[in-house]
Amino acid sequence: MLASLKSCAIYGLDSFLVDVEVYISSGLPAFDIVGLPDTAVRESRERVRAAIKNQNFDFPIKRITLNLAPADIKKEGPHFDLPIALGILAATEQVPASALEGYAIVGELSLDGRVRPVNGILPMAIEVKQRGLKGMVVPFDNAEEAAVIKGIEVIGVKSLQEAVGFFKGEFRPDDVLTGLADSVDDEYEGDFSEVKGQEVLKRALEIAAAGHHNLIMVGPPGSGKTMIARRIPTILPAMTFEESLELTKIYSIAGLLSSRSSLIKTRPFRAPHHSITAVGLVGGGRIPKPGEVSLAHHGVLFLDELPEFSREILELLREPLEEGKITISRMNATVTYPASFMFVGAMNPCPCGYFQDPFHECTCPPHKINNYLNKISGPLLDRIDLQLSVLPVAFSDLEKADSMDSATIKKRVEQARAIQLERYKGQNIFYNSQLTPAQVNKYCKLGRAEKLLMREAFQRFKLSARAYNIILKVARTIADLDQSEHIKESHIAEALQFRNLDKYFQYVRT
Amino acid sequence: MAELELLVALNMIPYLGPVRIRGLLNYIKTYRDFMNAQRSDFLEIPGINQKICDAILESRKKVNPLEEIKRASELGAKIITFEDKDYPRLLAEIYDPPPVLYSLGEISVLNQKSVAIVGTRKPTAYGRKIAEQMGRELAEFNINVVSGLARGIDACAHRGALKAGGPTTAVLGCGIDVVYPPENYEIMKEIIKAGCVVSSFPIGTRPLASNFPARNRIISGTSLGTVVIEAAEKSGSLITADFALEQGREVFAVPGSVFSPYSRGTHKLIKQGAKLVESVNDILEELNLKLKSDSSMKTSFDIAGIGQEEIEVLNLVDYHPVSLEFLVQKTGKSPQEISAVITRLQLKDLIALLPGGYVIKV
Repeated sequence: MLASLKSCAIYGLDSFLVDVEVYISSGLPAFDIVGLPDTAVRESRERVRAAIKNQNFDFPIKRITLNLAPADIKKEGPHFDLPIALGILAATEQVPASALEGYAIVGELSLDGRVRPVNGILPMAIEVKQRGLKGMVVPFDNAEEAAVIKGIEVIGVKSLQEAVGFFKGEFRPDDVLTGLADSVDDEYEGDFSEVKGQEVLKRALEIAAAGHHNLIMVGPPGSGKTMIARRIPTILPAMTFEESLELTKIYSIAGLLSSRSSLIKTRPFRAPHHSITAVGLVGGGRIPKPGEVSLAHHGVLFLDELPEFSREILELLREPLEEGKITISRMNATVTYPASFMFVGAMNPCPCGYFQDPFHECTCPPHKINNYLNKISGPLLDRIDLQLSVLPVAFSDLEKADSMDSATIKKRVEQARAIQLERYKGQNIFYNSQLTPAQVNKYCKLGRAEKLLMREAFQRFKLSARAYNIILKVARTIADLDQSEHIKESHIAEALQFRNLDKYFQYVRT
Repeated sequence: MAELELLVALNMIPYLGPVRIRGLLNYIKTYRDFMNAQRSDFLEIPGINQKICDAILESRKKVNPLEEIKRASELGAKIITFEDKDYPRLLAEIYDPPPVLYSLGEISVLNQKSVAIVGTRKPTAYGRKIAEQMGRELAEFNINVVSGLARGIDACAHRGALKAGGPTTAVLGCGIDVVYPPENYEIMKEIIKAGCVVSSFPIGTRPLASNFPARNRIISGTSLGTVVIEAAEKSGSLITADFALEQGREVFAVPGSVFSPYSRGTHKLIKQGAKLVESVNDILEELNLKLKSDSSMKTSFDIAGIGQEEIEVLNLVDYHPVSLEFLVQKTGKSPQEISAVITRLQLKDLIALLPGGYVIKV
């Protein structure tokens, strides 16, 4: 008595099909699972036995051998419960084996036979579609998520009974879902119009969003750094369907999708605390899971109190900031997760927060300020294009009524992005912040007056070589926002204003 | 006249300050006497109790003045004692002049007319500018600018004096071979060339917080007067000003904005009777020196080549910091226009951009 059916497993961010083979023979009653099952898979024996009995099916008192193929890759997670149960029922002819063909089955069982939601449904659905299967049977709460993928039938079941019923042709779910999401309409909770005053800062953030520039905000405590950072996603361009799909895959695998939700439509904003571990930030663990850098994919990674993060943790950001992805190597697997985010840091200028504040006395000894600022090391600073200052809002600003809303800013950002996409066609880069030094020379050409201004500013402001390319890239973005083909003097003059942290460094070191 | 070895050795013993050392010298004249003296001999000396006696006997075994003198000459440092003719005259007049001074450079500049400039280690742009200008102008009058080589006002004052070619003197709170803070290494090298660096501490002494009051006493003690440029309410610079008063020297204070926390200390001094300083002439006058013809700290700028837009912004910028946000609101211009104007005004040296998004007139 042999039965075989399809299920899925997760590897990294992707899924692959697994054949669940059941062989029932006479002999002493036993139930063995082979094919590199991990603990959660091995334990499914107990859940499956109880679920089958409690749903009034017969559990064979025979020797059951179960194989998960391909047998050389580890299988993890409880989502094999449902396919194993159906396999046993098919092998004992309680379900017509032929009906199972063309469907992939995933789901966790409770002891009474109800089907529980599982993680990673979206990548599984993508694999099912790619391998040309007809459809998939998934837990009811995951149905919407799977139905994001067009062209496959998605059957959401609440219990083992329903699953069996479906294959016997006795049960049709109310609606067989297919191709739920086409467009991505984003709706955010906050809006820039709620940020009163701060026009200078808002302009800088518009530039950051337009050129996808990483940024750091420096300001005294209570100046609203976090409040403003939270609203950055609202001025980023709307996500494309592909971006949304990729992001949802990450959340699906991390088990962070709420039940009965489909695509994630808003850009993520992740703000891990400075006590975060390396694994928490970049991902990993015995069973690799995406970390904060991946959960912030296509969105904003916000690190508040940046100097409080340990140097080792900040060093880990180098790979994702450079490559837009993170590779995690573990004993038996190397996985790569996407991690392309806009980096937003926030910090006080010194431990007490009032260094160089004209109206408060700073109580920190100078060497403490030096140590504090020096925690933001060169390699990280190289990848931060905008160093902004944040001042507390004056009371009179709070009463002001009109302030630019996110939608207006976003429209300008999207226009500037379109210009960049057009310019960098075929270059494998998408925004100004990605320009290499060679590309800066090519795309950020300056006229004579502009060159003169750059030279003068460099001497006067004692700018570092590192700052040179950064200023040109930012000036390029400002020109794009201005819809100007050439970088003008005024664009450079504005770009020179975003070196606030350098100023602090100059003040503490001399 | 006491032996050099003896004075160097005594100076290296903890618990022995200048006053006790002088008391001791009435009884002990040579290094050999000192090494051979018994407990009972020390206890006969007024001001030396059991505890100090124990400390002397304990550390007497460890100090090696000959080695110390050799190390000093290897470093190129001179050691002078309070009985030497090179010893700064004004310093010798105070109640507790340090018995030995280690010096690098030309120590005779301390016998020139000297004025101390002190202030916060975290000055504002205003304080920096004044410290540098004051240091330069005093040095131009061939007045030795004494300060402590600390970060902030001290470094600015030295730098200003060096711009005029010196003279200037740095008094250290650590051994003469220790550079603290390390970033002032370059300034220290130049000071040795254009003046001198002195310390009363044995070679290799770490810059401990407890050393600094003693150093401040030397700063004010070598100077005719002490100028405090910016000081918060509880600042070490005020200690220097107190020493100056005790030593019967002048105290000068530079006023600032009443909003600035870094001018509270100087304002307090002015209230207590320190002389308010607007320009270098206020110092020269008090010291009965020839005055500078045009000394005011006025700034003037050439209107030519400045656009209407820039003048409009310039009129809103003041001598106390104003934020860019304020300029945007007052002018009704966009942030990008203001940013560009600010850059131009900075390049023309009419305003300075401060950390944190403030600008100030210069």
